[in-house]
Amino acid sequence: MDFNQLKNTSTEEWDNLNSENTIWIRVGYGASGQAAGAEEIFNLLKDLSSDNENIIISLVGSMGLSYAEPLIDIKSNDGIRVFYNNVTPDITKEIYNYLIQKNIPLSKYVFGQIASDGRNPIDGIPELDKIEPLKYTKQIATKNFGNISPTNINQYIANGGYEGLSTALTKLDPEKTLNQVKDSGLRGRGGAAFSTGIKWSFLAGNNSNIKYILCNCEEGDPGAFNDKGILENDPHMLLEGLILAGYATGASNGHIFIRDGHEIPIENSRKAIQQAYDLNLLGENILGTGFSYDVEVSLTGDSYVAGEETALMEAIEGKRSMPRFKPPFPAAYGLWGKPSNINNVKTLSYVPYIIKEGSDKYKSIGSESSSGTAIVCLSGHIKRPGMYEIEMGMTIKNLLNNIGGGSSTNNDIKLLQTGGPLGGVLGKEDFDVKIDFDEMSKVGAILGSGGIIVADSTTDVVDLIRTLVAFNQFESCGKCFPCRLGNTHMLDILNRICNSRPNENDMDVIKKIGNSMKTGSLCGHGQLGYSPIASAIKYFKDEFDLALSANHPIDSSDEEMILPTRTRP
Amino acid sequence: MRNNKKPTNKEIINAIENQPKISKKTVLSCLLAISNEFHFIPKNAVEIVAKYTGKTMNDVWGVASFYTNFRFTPPGDATLDICWGPSCHILGSQKILKDVHGLLGINQEGETKDGKITLRYSTCLGACSQGPVFAIDHKLYGKASVEKIKEKISDI
Repeated sequence: MDFNQLKNTSTEEWDNLNSENTIWIRVGYGASGQAAGAEEIFNLLKDLSSDNENIIISLVGSMGLSYAEPLIDIKSNDGIRVFYNNVTPDITKEIYNYLIQKNIPLSKYVFGQIASDGRNPIDGIPELDKIEPLKYTKQIATKNFGNISPTNINQYIANGGYEGLSTALTKLDPEKTLNQVKDSGLRGRGGAAFSTGIKWSFLAGNNSNIKYILCNCEEGDPGAFNDKGILENDPHMLLEGLILAGYATGASNGHIFIRDGHEIPIENSRKAIQQAYDLNLLGENILGTGFSYDVEVSLTGDSYVAGEETALMEAIEGKRSMPRFKPPFPAAYGLWGKPSNINNVKTLSYVPYIIKEGSDKYKSIGSESSSGTAIVCLSGHIKRPGMYEIEMGMTIKNLLNNIGGGSSTNNDIKLLQTGGPLGGVLGKEDFDVKIDFDEMSKVGAILGSGGIIVADSTTDVVDLIRTLVAFNQFESCGKCFPCRLGNTHMLDILNRICNSRPNENDMDVIKKIGNSMKTGSLCGHGQLGYSPIASAIKYFKDEFDLALSANHPIDSSDEEMILPTRTRP
Repeated sequence: MRNNKKPTNKEIINAIENQPKISKKTVLSCLLAISNEFHFIPKNAVEIVAKYTGKTMNDVWGVASFYTNFRFTPPGDATLDICWGPSCHILGSQKILKDVHGLLGINQEGETKDGKITLRYSTCLGACSQGPVFAIDHKLYGKASVEKIKEKISDI
């Protein structure tokens, strides 16, 4: 099929949904919406509107405004979208009945409005893009969140989707496509922040006829949910990026790698892939251009280390997800022994924009050395927890205040835990640092995958560090003994400290263990095991000193921290 | 009540064959398919997976014992996951775990006496912005409290 033909049918369908004959009610979903109870609201609206064929109820992606969920969005006959936050079943009924009887918004529950296409906004309702936190965001990879149904490819196409792919296939050759990505300055969003274009060129330079692009959505980091978020809320954005990566590098196959049990991202990815095959955006001879490419979903069991790039390949091959020795590097010897590239979900989700709008436009966004946006996840003691796409270069302070709305408790924010459980903590004195790969690493903080856990002044640092070490201990794959035993030993010591039974030299012992782990482990899981402790000591040495004085019980005397017992043999 | 009778070899092979489309069925993909179908890995499944994938029984046991989601006995009628990861920890998950122990009458992960509920501590359920988070058979709930958990498990 011709792409223009696809675009036309999709636009027609989209216009029908938005026509004045239709009332379109969208309920934000995704993991965050599900946890807030959006499914119940969706089912209720379905029931209420069952006899009215002019009302369409859809589950759409979550806009990332977790604090406002369940969030519903009603586009009435006038074409204006009115949003209602934190709805309960009773409020939903009230809003619905008011809409049916009077056909105007029920102002006491409104959250905001979007009056697009030059319509005049309704008086007295704030415009969504002018209210905090949204006025400080910049949406590229998340632009469709909450707007389209994630499992409807036509809605994605009607909103500019697959145009980047069509442009690349018809107007650019693979080399030019790769150069666009190189010139955009895009850096990997999985944590290492390596240039994506250069990484791709390693694979492009290999002549093997089977080459793999592996998209990593293992995302085991507590506090980070943006990778799964993209697959939940707009899986086609990732899929288009994954196909473009295949085209630019001459790869033959793509894999989307997710942990089993995360049902929404898995279901949505599978549906998106099937829809793309049905429209010949995947498979043999894509859009008649001679380029062929296959994509499938690969699942892993519960294992944090499966997110490490070589362990990920072991898991796809069906083995224990333990890291391999490097070299050989994946670009030479990867999945099933074939050349492979591993990319994070977010990284790939920027590529459609870069190809469609051009590398210069992408490069103009963000800061000098970190172009584009960051998709940050806020959780913990923050007033507006959620997932936000912001321009690189915003300071942490502005992120916490303007986007996050400050502390959710009566206490000040004391620290942030960033970069996942192998990352570290960031104390108040460094909140002026800019969100930028290089600026953050200068102060020893890691942006990592974008998860930011906010902790207020009541949080005990030693206890938080113990939790991170407990996580790392539980998740060590066990291949390298310094990591397996080191984490266990560190956890024992921290447990003892929290139980007011410290030894004088405990912190020195922990440091020595950390050094052994760093030198004696194959992957970051062991190598970085000591870094959360090091960063905590940097900011909060006094709290460690107090805990070591044995006068400061963190656990009450009769109980210890509750931790899982299902550890690896 | 879940049907926890021991699956037959034929049922296990069906689960392996009917797994979602994948270019190469592996030990892990077969085990996941079996676990999703029967909620545990029956002993007879290990040999079947080994034969099916051309691996040894050692290989299969190695994989099955490595990933912490696999179990070898039938679970309760429903599985209750409570997150103890750092984000939920800050929001008080330790207290919730302790209170849920009291609620269920157990003091660690595992099955309740009546066999209705399996309790697991989860490292991250992926909805941190709604924390503390719990899940019943993979369905997520936010803003966890022992009262909310009690309400949601009441009809199991």
